[in-house]
Amino acid sequence: MRQVLHQQAVCYWLQLRVLSTSPFEGFLAVLFPLMFATAALLVYSVNGDPVAMQYAGLGAAIMGMWTCQGVVASSLLTRERWAGTLELLVAAPTPLSRILVPITMAMSTIGLYCVVATMLWQSWVFDLRLEIESWPLFVLSVLMAAVTLAQVGFFLSVTAVRYRTSWALGAALEYPGWLLCGFLIPVDLLPVWIQPLSWAIPTTWAMDAIRSAADGGSPWGSLAVCAATGAVYAVLAAYLGKRLVDSARRNASLALT
Amino acid sequence: MTSVRVFFVGGLMSYRAMFGWLNPWILIPSLIVSPICQILLFAYIGRSAGVRDDEFYVIGNALNYAAIPCLFAMSSTIEGERQGHTLGIVLTTPARRIPLFLGRALPVIVNGWGVAVVGVVAGVLLLDAHIPGSAWPALLLVVLVTSASCTGLGLAMGAVVLRVREGATFGNVVFCVLLVFCGVNVALEDLPGWMAAVGTWLPLTHGIEAGRLLADGSTLGGVGGLVFREIGVGALYTAAGLALLGYFERDSRRRATLDRV
Repeated sequence: MRQVLHQQAVCYWLQLRVLSTSPFEGFLAVLFPLMFATAALLVYSVNGDPVAMQYAGLGAAIMGMWTCQGVVASSLLTRERWAGTLELLVAAPTPLSRILVPITMAMSTIGLYCVVATMLWQSWVFDLRLEIESWPLFVLSVLMAAVTLAQVGFFLSVTAVRYRTSWALGAALEYPGWLLCGFLIPVDLLPVWIQPLSWAIPTTWAMDAIRSAADGGSPWGSLAVCAATGAVYAVLAAYLGKRLVDSARRNASLALT
Repeated sequence: MTSVRVFFVGGLMSYRAMFGWLNPWILIPSLIVSPICQILLFAYIGRSAGVRDDEFYVIGNALNYAAIPCLFAMSSTIEGERQGHTLGIVLTTPARRIPLFLGRALPVIVNGWGVAVVGVVAGVLLLDAHIPGSAWPALLLVVLVTSASCTGLGLAMGAVVLRVREGATFGNVVFCVLLVFCGVNVALEDLPGWMAAVGTWLPLTHGIEAGRLLADGSTLGGVGGLVFREIGVGALYTAAGLALLGYFERDSRRRATLDRV
């Protein structure tokens, strides 16, 4: 157990340092959603409705977490492939899932930077101070969003193992995530047929919990569903990861050359 | 004759190489799915905020996304040559630089035009946006002008990429600037004055305004001033791009930094 925790901590810390110093995965992962949040807040500020600004401000603060995970996680294994380290990771005695989880947790940590940066930006540029009724529950909900997003990232990373240009897939997931997870648009406003897809993403529940915590309501129900859906992604990812990697090894297609 | 061949054949080969031989696994998510989703995102934000109608966001975001291929393709051709270790070879050839680089811009302009048109058509089909049939020919022309103008900015960016190594990051930053400053989702009159002033010196701004006026029933003559301003801004960035290419090429040779990755 101690060895596992040590491996998780070392892997997490190394990856966090790699991501933090990468202009694309660190700097841009914060700046890109920040600029989209700015564009969205500019739209909301046209009418100047303080309730709507509060709504948009909360969502804008959280939407960067999706970018940090969705885009980078999809191309996680492709990045290792380009670096020539994928075979080494797969051949290592440590199971691949135990390597991927701390990496996606490091990505979620970059997402937390993004939350703080956007909240400060909103305060400086838009003079928008988010009204949070319960800070402990708000922080708990944000952390739950980070953990469950890491589980979604784990799922994305293993399912894209055979997709040579998975970075393009990850980039294409950015806007659908922003659209579906209720960051800037209430899920009820979306077409009815697409709403079940929204509720199948743990981040939608996390966002619901974050809004409840900010409004003074109880986020516990949403947090429970968020944790449950996140766990489903993690279990699926662990199962699929083993199957897909075994298949890639059997067919000698891991390198995709 | 050689310059004409360099312009057309060189440009087409460079463009195809950039997309890994036009791989649909890159093309479809990057240039079809993403622009449509960006249009949907902002149209729904507009509905939620009760600001403007769907047509406003369809035109703004479809044209904004034309900037993606225009900006990235120009810088990627130079980065791609560097990664393929062919940049030195390309720049030591006696080929004239203007056809060499403008040839690379031509397929990019067509691509940007295609991306924007796909976005507008998808927006009209999926959302509550109506563009009269008579407006389409002029709108397609405005989209072409806007793509050309964005490619001018892309050329300037490509020149900077001769020195700056993070072309993808730089391209995304410029795209974000266009998104916020060019009246893509907020009309210029609703932006703070200084932002609107910056926007008038960027490509896209006048093209988007002209596109929206055409969709609202204006004639091409009625938006002629905006179209000429868009052409002017594009020409300015193209001239700056060619000048910067010359400068950074000479500087890279002097410092032996051309192939440094």
